[in-house]
Amino acid sequence: MSDRFVWYRFWAVVTKEFIQMRRDRLTFAMMVGIPLIQLMLFGFAINADPKELPAAVLSADHSEFSRSFVRALENSGYFKVTAQPSTEAEAERLIAEGDVQFVVNIPENFARKLQRGERPAILVEADATDPTATGNAVGALSQLAQTALDHDLRGALQPLQGKPAPFEVRIHRRYNPEGITQYNIVPGLMGVILTMTMIMQTGLAMTRERERGTMENLLATPVRPFEVMAGKIVPYIMVGYIQVTLILLAARFVFNVPMLGNVALLYGVVLAFIAANLAVGLMFSTVAKNQMQAMQMTFFFFLPSMLLSGFMFPFRGMPEWAQNIGSVLPLTHFLRMVRGILLKGNGLAETLPHLWPIGLFLLTVVAIGLKRYRKTLD
Amino acid sequence: MGNDDLAINVEGLTKRFNGLLAVSNLALQVRRGEIYGFLGPNGSGKTTTIRMLCGLLTPDGGRGTCLGYDVIRETRQIKRQVGYMTQRFSLYEDLSIRENLDFTARIYGMGNRRQAVDSALERLGLADRRNQLAGTLSGGWKQRLALAACMLHEPRLLLLDEPTAGVDPKARRDFWDEIHRLAGEGITVLVSTHYMDEAERCNRLAYIAYGTLLARGTVAEVVKDSGIVTWMAECADLYALGSQLRGQPGVSQVVPFGNVLHVSGTDAALLERAIAPFRAQAGCRWTPIQPGLEDVFIQMMEKARDNV
Ligand SMILES: Nc1ncnc2c1ncn2[C@@H]1O[C@H](COP(=O)(O)OP(=O)(O)OP(=O)(O)O)[C@@H](O)[C@H]1O
Ligand SMILES: [Mg+2]
Repeated sequence: MSDRFVWYRFWAVVTKEFIQMRRDRLTFAMMVGIPLIQLMLFGFAINADPKELPAAVLSADHSEFSRSFVRALENSGYFKVTAQPSTEAEAERLIAEGDVQFVVNIPENFARKLQRGERPAILVEADATDPTATGNAVGALSQLAQTALDHDLRGALQPLQGKPAPFEVRIHRRYNPEGITQYNIVPGLMGVILTMTMIMQTGLAMTRERERGTMENLLATPVRPFEVMAGKIVPYIMVGYIQVTLILLAARFVFNVPMLGNVALLYGVVLAFIAANLAVGLMFSTVAKNQMQAMQMTFFFFLPSMLLSGFMFPFRGMPEWAQNIGSVLPLTHFLRMVRGILLKGNGLAETLPHLWPIGLFLLTVVAIGLKRYRKTLD
Repeated sequence: MGNDDLAINVEGLTKRFNGLLAVSNLALQVRRGEIYGFLGPNGSGKTTTIRMLCGLLTPDGGRGTCLGYDVIRETRQIKRQVGYMTQRFSLYEDLSIRENLDFTARIYGMGNRRQAVDSALERLGLADRRNQLAGTLSGGWKQRLALAACMLHEPRLLLLDEPTAGVDPKARRDFWDEIHRLAGEGITVLVSTHYMDEAERCNRLAYIAYGTLLARGTVAEVVKDSGIVTWMAECADLYALGSQLRGQPGVSQVVPFGNVLHVSGTDAALLERAIAPFRAQAGCRWTPIQPGLEDVFIQMMEKARDNV
């Protein structure tokens, strides 16, 4: 009779948490402010359409055509030729050290082959460590092949104009073959921001009670562990939704991220993700002895989430062990769900395969948390 | 005495922290409707005992009941009917007075919540400060708020851990009047305190030192059982007299009280022999008196320390 979940006690905790959240203005402001600041910093820093990227031209052909191509490169606005290395080794060093973002290889006899209509290839090596930085420039390259030499191909060479392009541009993405587009970043940030703020807030929730001594009072009442945990989670779910809304608005109107899928579906699945992170925070706070430890645990969880989820590095580019760890983390699945819904227009059917791992994670963490929740002061 | 008459009935209660005994083999019987004082020096295990009684700490040994419920297995039932006031303020400092009371009332699922909170505020005399944050109250007022909060759900047993520490005399008297009124209604009160006048206001009391129960009973019983004999000396130079008496065989305590000196010992004959030379002194008047609780407790504490 007495050991069941009771709504009034649960609501007592919810109400109390809401009041405390309202009192702690600074923290609340940070929870709303952090997403905005991070969005502006990361969003613009990563997503800005970078222009005038440094490029090295390694040319074995000194024809007018080569010069026209290089000029066209610069005219596109995306490239700025900063070096003219004479050997491959030198070019290699430039890109390896990050002095240039691109190496343009113009082969020997480029002009001759072009004139014969043999469609010679220009190889462009792109440093794709930060793929968003090179993405647009690479896109511009294919356009260039079409039009770069229009001016030179006159008279007898006129027929070489148009389709197919008179020469080929082969792009070689180096260091990061997967090449994530800029649209990945903002939806990804949603997951990263939620992970950090949600875990941190609830991570502090229980340790704060213990440090301030209010735990003794709470434990002396008939309130049950699950009522406390659920009561502490609910107010933060609301905060989580505020963050999601802010990020989506910014994604739509500041970063023009396409939203092909159903936003209502997104709001639905985000609940599981928020709850999972809140539960992690609560579990940490049942283990941590003080607020400092809870904070450290948050970062302990946050870093791998950031690094192994596919947010920072392409998931398929990681070694298998790292992928296995990543597959456990809710952020990994959340990123796929969000990107799927927003960018690919996925529906529920395509989303479910990523939803249940989050659900499983949530249940496991809640179970551990309840087990660890100390009903006494021992 | 039937088990039904006892609100608290535990025996063999033992608690260790990292191998150190905090409470050792403690037995405690508190009758229903009784005000039971719980005394002992700092660190003697009072708080630890109270926490074990309301299920906040799991005893390492011992058994018994609290309000008829098993102290080890039925802590949930106990918690519902016990009001526990912690020694350290443990309400939410960032909640207002009213919000704190409201939270408590909700947790216990009180039907007449508003009314209960309002009348508690009225009784406290805090009605016009209801929206002040609990953290900004003065120390004494925090105590009074905590007391109101732990009585809100009309518990049958109150466990009060130094409820009047830092509270002014008038408020203390009001508090004790309230305690006696509640006891009259059949509520049992176990209250720890360091104040002797409060101890004397209890129906019965227990004295604990180093985790061990040293004495229990009514004030008179405790004093009688202690076997202490006390003489009161009124002299011109109390200071000189005191320093001459200290250390004499048979004299265990020499305590100045204003213009008189209390000289106590456990062996009446030995004590009389020790003070004999001073009784003849001119300007001195010696009278045998009833020893006070404080004399008894200090005596017991020193004896217990010698035994540890
Ligand atoms: N959580 C704990 N961990 C380790 N030792 C503890 C813990 N709680 C209490 N103790 C120790 O147990 C002993 C009894 O402490 P307790 O708080 O019960 O004393 P007390 O009688 O309430 O003292 P006071 O009059 O100062 O409040 C002390 O030595 C204390 O240091
Ligand atoms: Mg204590």
